[in-house]
Amino acid sequence: MNEKNGKSRREFLKNIAVGAVAAKVGLLAAMEAGATESAGAKSTVVIARDAQLYGTSAKPEASRVEKLLDRAMQTFYQSDDAVTPWKKLVRPGEVVGLKVNTIGGPGLSTHIVLVEAICERLQQAGVKANNIVVWDRTNRELDRVGYKLTATGNGVRTLGTDSKETGYEETVSEFGAVKTRLSKLLTRTCDCMINVPLPKDHDLAGVTMALKNMYGVNHNPQDLHENNCCPYIADLNMIPAIKNKFRLVIADAMMACYQGGPMFSPEYTWKYNGLMVASDPVAIDRTAWHIIEKKRAEQGLRPLAEVGRPAKYIVVAADAQHRLGTDDPKRIKLVEV
Amino acid sequence: MMRKRERAWRVAGSVMFAAVLLAGYGCKKASGPADHGFPGGSEINGWARTGEIRTFAAEQLSDYIDGDAEKYLQAGVKSTSTADYMSKDQAQVVADIYTMSSAAGAQKIFESEPAGTAKNAEVGEASRLYKQSLTFRKGQYLVRIVAYQDAPQLEQRMVVLGRAIEKKLSH
Repeated sequence: MNEKNGKSRREFLKNIAVGAVAAKVGLLAAMEAGATESAGAKSTVVIARDAQLYGTSAKPEASRVEKLLDRAMQTFYQSDDAVTPWKKLVRPGEVVGLKVNTIGGPGLSTHIVLVEAICERLQQAGVKANNIVVWDRTNRELDRVGYKLTATGNGVRTLGTDSKETGYEETVSEFGAVKTRLSKLLTRTCDCMINVPLPKDHDLAGVTMALKNMYGVNHNPQDLHENNCCPYIADLNMIPAIKNKFRLVIADAMMACYQGGPMFSPEYTWKYNGLMVASDPVAIDRTAWHIIEKKRAEQGLRPLAEVGRPAKYIVVAADAQHRLGTDDPKRIKLVEV
Repeated sequence: MMRKRERAWRVAGSVMFAAVLLAGYGCKKASGPADHGFPGGSEINGWARTGEIRTFAAEQLSDYIDGDAEKYLQAGVKSTSTADYMSKDQAQVVADIYTMSSAAGAQKIFESEPAGTAKNAEVGEASRLYKQSLTFRKGQYLVRIVAYQDAPQLEQRMVVLGRAIEKKLSH
């Protein structure tokens, strides 16, 4: 997805019939301010939103979530049908890991309804149910959110790294300031990983989304929180098993948190009613950072940098030593549908 | 014969020493709030505790609350206990009790958080009540009750639960 595709994207967006009220290609407020077209490839971040996602219920409606996922994926992959994007994303025979985020408990974790929709589309694209692994660091956290734990059988597998069948590698992986042992679910079970985080304020890192979600794949996240988690988050994402198996971010932005994170603080959580898709984890995190800052400003809260927790790891993740993606708004193509 | 008697005295002495140690340990345990401060059964009206009480030592706190742990550690947290409750109409909340090394630690955490539009629920020494959460401090304890979803009269019910916890912590 780069600038060369701009024309076809515009045509696609013009023609797409997935119920988008308005398709807008642009950059969000602050990103809009200084952004001008620049030469070279851009990273695309798609944001699909549905104001009626929750209807009158406290939970998002499954059918609307499915449609929203299709709209986001079809826009990202410029596809006219719902299954083709998934065929581009994974190959039959691959074991696909969905790394969810469940530390926030039932109030602020990756929604099961989204994960079910992803699993459905993956199977329609030819991935066997048993080759889909929904995982996070512990069974307890998954269970608490309502995920049905299933480590065996023919269906989709759902389990934590602390399952007796798995655990962490004995071998230490390292990059820069990080020395850690990775989940065997990542290193041995899965061929590729779809990162399914959610945008949250973070008491130390400033923001937690795609890059920070990798703190759930290693044995010692508690050792990586100093200095606003910098450069630890960027360094962790450089470890080959993480970097090479990562394929796409599908962020669950149905709910988001602008203060009091990463745990569930209902008073600082709002319905953003969206899904975000990108293959550049830095660009999508930069976009989430902006969304959270914008909400903080609306609520009269000071910017994260002023309260001592700038999400500086996002900048570091884009530097010459890491090159995990771009944090430059001018090089992020934001597509809102 | 002498040896036999000596051995008997030694055994008796050891048993008494162990008993004194155990008694001391028991006192120490009893000096903290029973059930870690979580009311249950008839101690609380309209709520039932569900599942087990889990307790995290300071060094394990990040297992429970990730990066949030750091500010509690800096404020001198000793341990954190958590329990789930369900109301008669199925509203679910999680209650966390942070035991700090001093009242100043609880106060530090409480005051580090923006008051926003919170109401004073008159629970503990200071409290903040929102639509889906209640936070209060009482001596060395900081208590946080968070509801997963909004429900009718949730605020009042959380206050009832908060007061029951406060009462338990006072004993």
